Amino acid sequence: MFQPSHFTAVLLFALFASTVFGITMRETPRRMFRSGTYCFALFVCSVIVFSWVMYFISP
Amino acid sequence: MSNKAAAAGKESGQRAVYLPLIAGWLVPGAGHFLLRKWWRGAFLFVAIVCMFALGMAMGGKLYTGAENILDMLGLAGDVGNGLMFFITHFLGIGAQHVRVTTADYGTKFMVVAGLLNVMAAVDAHNLRTGRKH
Repeated sequence: MFQPSHFTAVLLFALFASTVFGITMRETPRRMFRSGTYCFALFVCSVIVFSWVMYFISP
Repeated sequence: MSNKAAAAGKESGQRAVYLPLIAGWLVPGAGHFLLRKWWRGAFLFVAIVCMFALGMAMGGKLYTGAENILDMLGLAGDVGNGLMFFITHFLGIGAQHVRVTTADYGTKFMVVAGLLNVMAAVDAHNLRTGRKH
C-alpha cells in the first residue's frame, strides 16, 4: 500500500487538481500554465499557513 | 432532397454535440482527443488517471452504495470517474472500509478525481459548442 506523508499527499493532490483547473479554466497554453502554477502555489501556501494556525491553536 | 439531407446532417450534428461530453466522462481526456486537442487531453488523462490510481494505491474506499447522504455524495463523485469506476467496481478492487489515515486520503483522491473528470468533460462540451476556444 502507498502511504505518503500528509504533506506529500497534499502536494500530489495540488499538482493534479491544478493541472485540471489550469486546462479547463483558461484558453491559451501560456495562460493555462500560469493559472495552473498559481493554483498550485495557492494550494501549497494555504496548507502551510493553516498548518501553522493549527499548531498555535492546538491545546 | 437537399433540404432533407441538410436536416439530417443538422440532426446528426446536434447529436454529436454531446459525444465529447460522454466520451470525456467515460475516459478522461477522450472528449478533448475527439476535438483534436491532443495535449490538453493527454494532460487531463494523466492527471485524472494518476489521481484515481494513487487513491486506489492508498487503499481508498470506493463508494458503491448510497445508505446515507454522505455515501450518496461520495458515490456521485466516484461515478464521475466513468469507466474507471465501473471497472474497479465490477472487479471489486476498491477497499470496503477505511482503516488507516492514508486510506482516507485515498478515498478523497478518488472522489475528487471523479469531480475533476466531470469538469474536463464539460470543458470538452464547451469546446465542441464553441463556448470556449
